[in-house]
Amino acid sequence: MAISLDDPKKLRPLRDQAHQVAMNMLRPISRTYDRAEHEYPHELDLLASMIDGLSESGASSGAGARGVKRDDTGAAADEGRVRNGTNLASVLSIAEMCWGDVGLLLSLPRQGLGNSAIASVADAEQQERFGRLWASMAITEPDTGSDSANIRTTAVLDGEEYVLNGEKIFVTSGERSEAVVVWATLDREQGRAAIKSFVVPKGTPGMTVERLESKLGIRASDTATIRFEDCRVPAANLLGSPEVDSVDAAKGFAGAMATFDNTRPLVASMAVGCAQAALDLTRDLLAQAGVEVDYDRPALAQSAAAAKFLQMEADWEAARLLMLQAAWMADNARANAMEASMAKAKAGRMASDVTLSCVELCGSVGYSEGELLEKWARDSKILDIFEGTQQIQQLIVARRVLGLSSAELR
Amino acid sequence: MMLLNHLRPGGRHGIARDETRDPIGYTLAVLNRLARSELLDRVGLRRQAEQTVFAVTRGGFRTATTAGRVFARAGARGRAGRRATATSPGGVFDLTPTDDEQMLVDVVTELATEVVRPAAADADAACAAPAEVLRAADEVGLALLGVPESLGGISEERSVVAGALVAEALARGDLGLAVAVLAPGAVATAISTWGTDEQQQTYLPAFTGGDALPAALALTEPRPLFDALDPTTTARHEGDELVLDGVKSMVPRASEAELFVVGARLDDRNVLVLVESGADGLGVEADPAMGVRAASLCTLTLERVRVPAANVLGEHDGTTYAECVRLSRLAWCALSVGVGQAVLDYVTPYVKQRQAFGEPIAHRQSVAFMVADIAIELQAMRLLTWKAAARAAAGRDVSRDVALARKLCADKGMKIGLDGVQLLGGHGFVKEHPVERWYRDLRAISIMEGGVLI
Repeated sequence: MAISLDDPKKLRPLRDQAHQVAMNMLRPISRTYDRAEHEYPHELDLLASMIDGLSESGASSGAGARGVKRDDTGAAADEGRVRNGTNLASVLSIAEMCWGDVGLLLSLPRQGLGNSAIASVADAEQQERFGRLWASMAITEPDTGSDSANIRTTAVLDGEEYVLNGEKIFVTSGERSEAVVVWATLDREQGRAAIKSFVVPKGTPGMTVERLESKLGIRASDTATIRFEDCRVPAANLLGSPEVDSVDAAKGFAGAMATFDNTRPLVASMAVGCAQAALDLTRDLLAQAGVEVDYDRPALAQSAAAAKFLQMEADWEAARLLMLQAAWMADNARANAMEASMAKAKAGRMASDVTLSCVELCGSVGYSEGELLEKWARDSKILDIFEGTQQIQQLIVARRVLGLSSAELR
Repeated sequence: MMLLNHLRPGGRHGIARDETRDPIGYTLAVLNRLARSELLDRVGLRRQAEQTVFAVTRGGFRTATTAGRVFARAGARGRAGRRATATSPGGVFDLTPTDDEQMLVDVVTELATEVVRPAAADADAACAAPAEVLRAADEVGLALLGVPESLGGISEERSVVAGALVAEALARGDLGLAVAVLAPGAVATAISTWGTDEQQQTYLPAFTGGDALPAALALTEPRPLFDALDPTTTARHEGDELVLDGVKSMVPRASEAELFVVGARLDDRNVLVLVESGADGLGVEADPAMGVRAASLCTLTLERVRVPAANVLGEHDGTTYAECVRLSRLAWCALSVGVGQAVLDYVTPYVKQRQAFGEPIAHRQSVAFMVADIAIELQAMRLLTWKAAARAAAGRDVSRDVALARKLCADKGMKIGLDGVQLLGGHGFVKEHPVERWYRDLRAISIMEGGVLI
């Protein structure tokens, strides 16, 4: 045990491989699918099979959406040893893929948020049934964004089945996925404790994809509205415990929210990757314009462009290390809800500043569709919004730091 | 004409040089001079005597440096000194200090809590560190942290990480006192890291035999847009001696220091030069600043100061100097993390207790989010500092790592200082609470070069 914050040696090959994939498979089609919104990027099928192959062989170290599973038993087995495991592998590889293209990463078959939820919460039998499906995640409703405890979609037990009713919006890959993880309440009166998630395979009667959104960025990714009308799913499709048990919060809403502790570092990694793309290109364009950053000289003794670049790079590194910290804690079975939110808060606002500033620094070259800088400045905005906005992350961090409940700090 | 020149407003009192006075302005300026005259005191017109800051400032005149001890030359001139070995990281991402580091942090945290913090306010006002604080630090052996065991110190491997952790823990008590305490260690670390056998044998015994030798690393110079890599202090060869000329600012405890490491330009390259305090032409003048006051900051003047040519510390090609600048900046980063933590520790209970509109102000998002942002940026500052420190200990090039850590610690550290005062409102502005001191202290991070080193 000794402090070291370099990328783990054993994960560097994976990271570099992801970078090559991003450069050679995602970048060439990045602009194409930004323009052709709602068109399925069929090139991704090949890539998805490749990633599946890597997962099967173990060569990926569990990277990707399913790498977020906590393995508390393993941590106990090698007590005292520091683990660099699947969570670190995931954030490192996803950051590289998002250096390629965030929208395309989000469209990767079998790498959806639903897959992360299944990996986090499902029992062995459910892993067996759903583990290979491409699963999207349906939480947000037209009237319920950040306060997901207030959702109105209902699930009513009827014999051996749950009957789902409600409308979900902003479902990433909602049309393309093979199953949807839907959050619904068993009893609105009982608040958070009654909220559960259910796996609904596509083709289940009563579930319809209503429309796809037209968006500011991540246009390669489809964002669907899905309606549930008396949609019946087997009771065994409920993820986690069916008990409405407000005493043991881990089995209720908080259990479902635990998915976010694991996936927030992933969204942070998307922001880190997208911002790095902008920084890498801007550094090159500035160098061509005769501006090079000197790391030893004070920022203020250099050009304004170089000073701005230094500040952006420092913020980028800050977000990246917070991201690695959160993933490292998850790998070592430490509670990381606050650190996950810190990472996402910092990464989200960093990515906005970096991508927008890079456009400004590069002038009309940055603003034009001739380069990808303007695209990254549109793509990055969602990363400060989905899976908990900047403000929600600040709320989570503030409650933890101040030791205040959600009733005290609302 | 002479009088008019004298009364020209610019260049002093924070007035830009192109400012002009109209007639009433001249009258006011003269009245102000009268107001400052001792005559008012003699006839008892002034209500309260102004408190002067520490001894050498009185009247603002310059004094010679302390005569100091005579260092008996020892060791072999040409032979390379002993070095702490670089760490060999296993390639595992890890945020856990070693057991030894943790033990050290625990001891220093206690020192910071029990000794440093209680002395901080008075030391800030007096611009001096009390003897008991310095003695307590000596007992822990803080100056020896960067000195290898083989030279009488305490570390086997390059102790940059331990240095960062210690600086953070001390500054959590108080920044000014932390700098006062760590100043001798900066020189000991420099000699250990870059010294020849002769330099190590001559000077290190003065650090390792009980009390730490008062000593200071002088790199900053007093000019706007100062760039540490472009010092105007010069060294030139004259026979087998070097002649140094220049001015160094923000030198901690320079009035009592007996040994300096001074940055200078020699043959178009930057070098570090060992200068003993007894050297002719060396002057020291107190220069109290906005913050870091307990460190007794001084200006060090060098006028035709002669030292043996063998007093160059490390390489003559600029590489040692650049490395020293980076590791000093890294120490300031670690210090800023400690001060930031002190702010967070202080405002957290305060905003939960302070009531407004019938509830604690912590229940308001605008307040709570400021605290959250302090926590977020502070942890990022810490991680960037640790990363650079671990890489430096492993002997890696840390130019970029240090630059990013310094940028973040300077920007976000200052923001934390600013918000710390804001969260206490009017109470933050008065000296009853320490946040105003942290506000002044945190402004130093982007400015300071030298003084501390890890």
